[in-house]
Amino acid sequence: MSDTHAESVAYVRDTMLKPQPAPAGESGAIRWLRENLFSGWLNTLLTVLGVLTIYFFVSHFASWFLHGVWKADSLAECRKIITAEYGQGATGACWAVIRDRWHQFIFGFYQRELYWRPVLTFLLLFVAVGPVLFQWVPKKLIWFTPIYPFLAVWLLWGGSVWGPILVAVGFVLAWIVFSLVGRYGSIAGFSAGAIVAILFWMFGVSPLAGILHAAIPLGIEPVESAKFGGFLLAITLGAGGIVMSLPLGVVLALGRQSDMFLIKTFSVVFIEFIRGVPLITLLFVASLLLNYFLPPGTNFDIILRVMILVTMFSAAYIAEVVRGGLAALPRGQYEAADALGLDYWKAQRLIILPQALKISIPGIVSTFIGMFKDTTLVAFVGLFDPLKGIPDFIRADFAWKGIYWEPFVFVGAIFFILNFAMSRYSMHLENRLQRDHR
Amino acid sequence: MTEPHFEREIDRSHMAVSDEVAIQIENMNKWYGQFHVLRDIDLTVQRGERIVIAGPSGSGKSTLIRCINRLEEHQAGKIVVDGIELTNDLKNIDKVRREVGMVFQHFNLFPHLTILENLTLAPIWVRKTPKKEAIETAMHFLEKVKIPEQADKYPGQLSGGQQQRVAIARSLCMKPRIMLFDEPTSALDPEMIKEVLDTMIELAEEGMTMLCVTHEMGFAQAVANRVIFMADGQIVEQNNPHDFFNNPQSERTKQFLSQILGH
Repeated sequence: MSDTHAESVAYVRDTMLKPQPAPAGESGAIRWLRENLFSGWLNTLLTVLGVLTIYFFVSHFASWFLHGVWKADSLAECRKIITAEYGQGATGACWAVIRDRWHQFIFGFYQRELYWRPVLTFLLLFVAVGPVLFQWVPKKLIWFTPIYPFLAVWLLWGGSVWGPILVAVGFVLAWIVFSLVGRYGSIAGFSAGAIVAILFWMFGVSPLAGILHAAIPLGIEPVESAKFGGFLLAITLGAGGIVMSLPLGVVLALGRQSDMFLIKTFSVVFIEFIRGVPLITLLFVASLLLNYFLPPGTNFDIILRVMILVTMFSAAYIAEVVRGGLAALPRGQYEAADALGLDYWKAQRLIILPQALKISIPGIVSTFIGMFKDTTLVAFVGLFDPLKGIPDFIRADFAWKGIYWEPFVFVGAIFFILNFAMSRYSMHLENRLQRDHR
Repeated sequence: MTEPHFEREIDRSHMAVSDEVAIQIENMNKWYGQFHVLRDIDLTVQRGERIVIAGPSGSGKSTLIRCINRLEEHQAGKIVVDGIELTNDLKNIDKVRREVGMVFQHFNLFPHLTILENLTLAPIWVRKTPKKEAIETAMHFLEKVKIPEQADKYPGQLSGGQQQRVAIARSLCMKPRIMLFDEPTSALDPEMIKEVLDTMIELAEEGMTMLCVTHEMGFAQAVANRVIFMADGQIVEQNNPHDFFNNPQSERTKQFLSQILGH
């Protein structure tokens, strides 16, 4: 070929050029400053204004933070100390309220001598989610994960150990029925399993638990739901809601894409109804209306009721987020799975959902964060959430009457830490799963 | 007309067409809404046949082979694959799909799985092959398509030609009796087309029953025993490659051939 070129082309390169470093002054801090802060007169003006604004806020709030008082028995005493130290008219934070009442912010009205139970439950939470969330945690620990929810309920609410065990047995029964009936179709198997489990929970659990407890009384001191409050309540609702709403949301998203008319219609109606109604409405339903529909005499725990509605609420949002992920997958993925002979559930589990969920991670985690913050709305149905319920209770004490900022700052900071951790984890997970375009 | 250019002689010793019927299509019709895509298709494929389906775009050739493993549903007529009739019965559809491998234009590898996982997934989950055996089979076919060293990479790290060869190996791991190719080289750079065609030729040499939608007329001449020309959802002409290219009968065929081979 080269000889023909030599005749028709006048120029031939015989050595290739090596890459060279960029000229000096095109990198470094000075360039960054010039480019980002002082690139023109408008940008320079905005930079100066920005710095002034920041100075204004810091100069006002810094003194409030710096004048903080940690040791006092009432708000009045706090003010006295600040006036004495910084002069008339000085402002300062009265952190003494946190020092005095931190246990109520964290545990609500849980008995002091039983604080070890929520603390242990919280620590075990990390053991349970570790194998799922992090690769460096030994995978063998995964056996603990399905046990944890029942253990957590038992530790938090106490009482006989047989109740949680029998509820777990209900899941095992459902699984057995599903695998037996599932041969005749996955929907038949799923419905049969669900019906058996629900019947068992409604009519089997309490008499059986009574009999077993009479025979082998194993239990710890019971704690009523009314004693739950603060972050104990928020984290219980949040963690329960997160764990239950993800599978429910995925099922709803798949249902919405289903070819089966009934399933599709149910999913669409559920999602649109729940998304269209404010969460507070649902919480009122949980606290007031649900009692009318339940058989008289059933004592359906308020926290459980609220958790179910919070779960449904967040599941509706998750379903739409996951649907976005499903829609983003090329048709070819579905076709390749079909062509290999994978049935619907296997294709979903092995091919479609792993990819769709990966795409949906940011949306799912946003929904979780939003839901966790929304657990503070339970204040409206008389539960003691950390943002309003507990501070209102504390302010009812004459010593702390009129204290607003400090509880807000404290509770807000804890929420921020927890949510920021979730957000960082989601970014870490996205990076870990980033495989397609390396 | 340019002659097909393959570097080696094609070994025809195993390319025997048997009397056994692999695919039987009778009076098959398909519509997309009001649009009549496939009209009165009649086609019998014997075991061991290597059929190339050609035709202008929109002529229904992809739709035809996608009906054979029910990626598309037909509304009238009958399709029998390996003695199993394709109806709404999901069990039969899964049975057919297990026996029929398919290679797509855009490879459709699973990007979240390694090459090896791509290959072993269906044998393990559909055929219930033990994992160890599935891996052995997968490595055997990866060696056959000449990329065993890529087993632990992800599809996104491979070139188009390599990805398509993995896709072929993935289908072969299910030990299919029939292979469908839907424009397997159309999405590839010219320099990668040959490596994929070579793999397909090897497959033909082993006696695989193949239906191939392609614009590679060199491949058709070298490997096919029958060329089918489709236009407007109908089979217009079918013949052995020699007569098809040198002595086309219908006007549509002549026009098509002059367009793709004429320059």
